Amino acid sequence: MPLEAFQRGLPSPEPRAVAERQRILACDAKAAARGLRAGMPVAAALALAPGLRLRERDAAAETEALLGIAAWAMQCTPSVALEFPDLMLLEVSGSLKLFGGLAQIAARLRQGFAAMGYSACLAAAPTARAASWFARSGKPCLIADAALLEDELRTLPLLVLQSGKDEALSSIGAGSIADLLALPRDGLARRFGQGLLDALDQALGRLPDPRGFCVLPEKFCAAIELPAEATQAEALLFAAQRLLAQLEGFLAARAAGTRRLALNLSHRAAPATRIELGLVAVCREAGHFALLLREQLQRTALPEPVRSIALEVQAIEPLAHANRNLFSDELSEEGNWPRLIERLRSRLGTAAVHGIALCADHRPERASAEAEPGAKQLALDFDLRPFWLLERPQALEEKESIPCRHGPLKLLAGPERIESGWWDGADMARDYFIARAADRALLWVYRERSPAGAWYLHGIFS
Amino acid sequence: MPSLAAGLEQHPGIWRGAELARSACPGIASGFASLDAELPGGGWPRGALTEILPQHEGIGELRVLGPALAQLAAQGKCIAWIAPPYLPYAPALAAAGIDLARVLIVKTTKDGDSLWAAEQALGSAACGGVLVWPRDIRYPQLRRLQLAAEDGRCLAVLFRPTQAAREPTPAVLRIALATADGGLALSILKRRGAPLSRPIFLPALSAPPAVASSSPTHRFDAHVVDSPTPAAVAAGSVPARLALA
Repeated sequence: MPLEAFQRGLPSPEPRAVAERQRILACDAKAAARGLRAGMPVAAALALAPGLRLRERDAAAETEALLGIAAWAMQCTPSVALEFPDLMLLEVSGSLKLFGGLAQIAARLRQGFAAMGYSACLAAAPTARAASWFARSGKPCLIADAALLEDELRTLPLLVLQSGKDEALSSIGAGSIADLLALPRDGLARRFGQGLLDALDQALGRLPDPRGFCVLPEKFCAAIELPAEATQAEALLFAAQRLLAQLEGFLAARAAGTRRLALNLSHRAAPATRIELGLVAVCREAGHFALLLREQLQRTALPEPVRSIALEVQAIEPLAHANRNLFSDELSEEGNWPRLIERLRSRLGTAAVHGIALCADHRPERASAEAEPGAKQLALDFDLRPFWLLERPQALEEKESIPCRHGPLKLLAGPERIESGWWDGADMARDYFIARAADRALLWVYRERSPAGAWYLHGIFS
Repeated sequence: MPSLAAGLEQHPGIWRGAELARSACPGIASGFASLDAELPGGGWPRGALTEILPQHEGIGELRVLGPALAQLAAQGKCIAWIAPPYLPYAPALAAAGIDLARVLIVKTTKDGDSLWAAEQALGSAACGGVLVWPRDIRYPQLRRLQLAAEDGRCLAVLFRPTQAAREPTPAVLRIALATADGGLALSILKRRGAPLSRPIFLPALSAPPAVASSSPTHRFDAHVVDSPTPAAVAAGSVPARLALA
């Protein structure tokens, strides 16, 4: 945990370790391969691994990380208790049916921890104290039956008690819980205090073990420090996926989704780069966020290499679970076109992807407007209009009072007089005609109702 | 026991050169009986590329697709217009019966972006129709779009210039449009089946309202084919009106 609070399972080029009071507390696999062990003096560690990246233990970062994990885990149960610095307790008896059993919940948790870049030892037991002891001892057993609990507990070493009396206990010949249970209770209480007995009773379920549960934060904010300065989108995305997995759990715990998220990329000196994602529909899928983020990251120019990234979600919105199909596990994307729009927008920009709507205006330029895709539509009736409108009318030359475009145009129908807009300064007075060009294309042309009376091409029937 | 030949005849992926392919998934009715009769699957193919090569822009390339697009939009499928050459005009689309809420317009500046967007739209089950106007597209890119189209089940139409007819294509259907007297001639240059020697004639596709009236009530009559009299009237009467204006 002390190491993962910094590293989050991101691959690092150098061996890494965390130290506390000049002693190595934890080290990664690369460092361990060079012979580093926990408890080793820092000087010895540096001698073994000269390139070692050493960090002082940061208790605040560990607390932050544990709180983040707790918020993520609340998707499995609302009752999550923490034992700082590194233990999380989930009360899952109420969630067994929903998730399909203890093994399924454990698998889900394991998968989630891996996605977030943490390693964990999972253990389950009928009492919270027993579960925490199993987890501490590194024994990944899932015990659902209270009858089996005592036998399993007896095998645990006394280190898991964290009583601080390990030496005294071993000096009286007690090495495991079984030895402790065999000793007379009153003598034990006299020598080691009532606390030790109470802990044993709580573990065996003879005494209640009330816990304070965590409360979910309102906002999501999590950060990762990159193992090495990164400039490539893929490297940033890999780190961001850790945060996105955490976000997905957080949102699932709140039965919510979000439309906006922001990724802050901090640099050494330059001000942080902020990448914002705006979604059309509320969503909480880490995979989808990652897809959108990939496009954004690839388009973003970084002023400097990135040292750390932070993911932030300010506003969350309720989002119900989607129904799954009866016969297939796959969620149908049919009618799920917000996803498509978000993908397109993340690469091409928001303005490049739009819908279209009718507007109640006679002026041809204003009768059709860009709109959000899927916007409500007015039902309006216009005269015959072309499929294509030119972005701006194109001037046509005039020969013998006949407009020409690659040859003279033959006016087939018209005029349709459109005279409107005096109230907003963009007034127009035009006579529109349908004309046939020499190449037999049908055009929508107009003549200004002004003394000059110039001709313009405005649309193409197609 | 059925013979091998009979079994092969039932297979949708195999057809004799002289006959039309029986498509495993029926096409989208084009709204024109004479065209449907010549298209394998009885309509525009789904899940495959179609190329339309209009002789000039504005000769009716969109109206050929109009009924099919309206039908797709009515089914709640979105229709993506990728890199259109001009602004698609809402009043005309609405008049063609296309639900505007289902229209998605993608503007791009680079050809690479258009093809990427087309690939995304083709792969998404949300899209019922994808219309692409590539400026320059090569065979490998076409092939890639064809593969993307095979993943989805949508109507995928590429609009290309007539010069493209000389190049090979992975598209399953290629139609050239040309104007004919009073209508539109569709030549099917490539289809799954025997080549079609004569063009299909669709009358009235490009027929304007042949009435030179300033009355706002007239409506486009789909059956009036470019009759010379009103047009002549129009041509004759217009300058007089303009002189008055």
